[in-house]
Amino acid sequence: MNFELLFQLLLNGLIVGTLYGVVAMCFVLIYKSTQIVNFAQGEFLLIGAWVCYAFLVEMHMPFWMGFLFTLLFMMAFGVILQMVVLRPMIGEPIISVIMVTIGLSIFFQAATKWIFGATTATYPQVFETRSLNVLGMQIETAYIMSFVISLFIMAGFYWFFKYSKLGLAMRATAFDQQVAQSLGISVKTVFAMSWAISALVSGVAGIVIGMVNGVSSALSVIGIKVFPAVILGGLDSIVGAVVGGVIIGLLENTAEFVDGQYLHWGNLFSIAPFYVLIIILCIKPYGLFGTKDIERV
Amino acid sequence: MAGFSMRPCGDFRTTYRQDTRIFDTTVVRNAAVLGVIAVALIPFVLDGYYVNLFIQISYFAIAALGLNILVGFTGQISLGHAAFFGFGAFASAWINNTTGIPVLLSIPLAGLMTAAVGLLFGLPAARIKGLYLAIATLAAQFILEDFFARAEWFTGGSYGAAANPINVFGYEIYDDFSFFYVCLFFLVVMYLLGTNLMRTRDGRAFVAVRDHYLSAEIMGINLTKYRLMSFAVSSFYAGVGGAMYGHYLGFVSAEGFTILLSIQFLGMIIIGGLGSVKGTLMGTVFMVLLPEVMESGVSALSVFDWASSTDVTDGLAYIKEMAIGLAIILFLIFEPDGLAHRWQQIRAYWKLYPFSY
Repeated sequence: MNFELLFQLLLNGLIVGTLYGVVAMCFVLIYKSTQIVNFAQGEFLLIGAWVCYAFLVEMHMPFWMGFLFTLLFMMAFGVILQMVVLRPMIGEPIISVIMVTIGLSIFFQAATKWIFGATTATYPQVFETRSLNVLGMQIETAYIMSFVISLFIMAGFYWFFKYSKLGLAMRATAFDQQVAQSLGISVKTVFAMSWAISALVSGVAGIVIGMVNGVSSALSVIGIKVFPAVILGGLDSIVGAVVGGVIIGLLENTAEFVDGQYLHWGNLFSIAPFYVLIIILCIKPYGLFGTKDIERV
Repeated sequence: MAGFSMRPCGDFRTTYRQDTRIFDTTVVRNAAVLGVIAVALIPFVLDGYYVNLFIQISYFAIAALGLNILVGFTGQISLGHAAFFGFGAFASAWINNTTGIPVLLSIPLAGLMTAAVGLLFGLPAARIKGLYLAIATLAAQFILEDFFARAEWFTGGSYGAAANPINVFGYEIYDDFSFFYVCLFFLVVMYLLGTNLMRTRDGRAFVAVRDHYLSAEIMGINLTKYRLMSFAVSSFYAGVGGAMYGHYLGFVSAEGFTILLSIQFLGMIIIGGLGSVKGTLMGTVFMVLLPEVMESGVSALSVFDWASSTDVTDGLAYIKEMAIGLAIILFLIFEPDGLAHRWQQIRAYWKLYPFSY
């Protein structure tokens, strides 16, 4: 057994898993406050990464400026999307809501391919040293940065929902819309803000992944990988999203290890999460931390 | 079935038999028969391009009807229809290649095989619904796609599988002209079967499950049975459509059955109208013609400088994809009941003109 490789893969899994966790958190945020399942979450990453790329490479901005402008853009994008496309869908059956976000996902995927091309683009080098030595292993600086940023975002979420006024308003809305409204919370603002925050944080995740792997339409696959993570963690639990993301990240890399060392099936890496997904849905559909109010049918 | 406003004055239904007729009035029935005859004349009048389009429409329409039975009539959600479509294509080629059963028989057999697979992946539907079911079928899509690439004995792996042309009584059908009639035959038969299914006890049970599953259960409808049955019927249609697709192209490769095709199927039934057999056909026509219209639109615009640049011509594939996404979004926002509803309104307008009250 090749322990060094296993350890390296598990570390990779942890780092990628925290990123899944961040995206899953954004997904859960939208689901929790607006009851919309966002199939276009992966495209948020894609758009964030491409827009930042455009600012940095095409307009030659310094990194911090391009990054800030991207954040602003993603926020506006989220709000506009919610107002124009998702607001008319309130109260529609679930199939319509799902299909609208799927339509958005196709649209933006094709649009980014058209505007930015289908080939992978790389960001200009941000760090001088490409890799660092941690515990006797070579780890890319970008990976460490992505891990730190993910933890930072998670801490930010914790603070936001625990202490800030808007965060509390969002939790109240998620709990009961009518009660929240009667207490003077503007449900419209809360809906728009949850899309804005989700788009913004996803955009950051997209930039981080883009720095590590380069920007291409493959980024939107993360939006699909989010489903096993959120179902495992529980659809309406933010903690569950993080835990689920990390587990799925570890699982993927373990599957790769088993596959590469013993089975040689190939492709187990990308398909294993979906088998897990089906199994969880059959035995524990509300996930590890989700509310158990699913109707048994 | 059209609303009461569409029926002539004094023509009341007095028996259940009248209430469940396929065609509301004799005029509608005659129009449908005439329509089929008119379509049958297409190859004599129009050129190969249109014949090819019709063949595409027919196999997609069969699969889309299956999805509509599942989504529109039973209220389940499936994001993995393209995988079942693909399974049908591979299954038919496999049956024909290994056992030598004639293609015309292997197509329905492939449908049955696909129904079995659909039943397997429909099993989660016995316990979960709505959103969770959508995600489960999404997983089914990826698992089946992976299976296509892996199972070389069945699909030929990454090389794909060869599918023989249809052979009717020793006469081999390999050109579009004769395949057209095979398609027309299957289309009419499958649509008649579909409409008839909705008139039976089982069909009414589907609708009851969709409208209110608790009431349905209280009335003695076995929810698990009908949910699974709906998955099986839907996959059967997908399998038959896929098998025709395979034998038409003569070659099946695993790349064709991605999630995008699944979404296109969903787009067809949403644009056409959920829970409408006629709408399914309209939606399929819309979805197949949309890329063609986009293409001719782009080439018509190329007289302008900005539209003839390489940006636009190279991006045509992406423009088509964007149009699909946009069409789904716009229909859901502005016409959630689909083309079938719009058609009903147009008919009502002319029927009641000028006193539309």
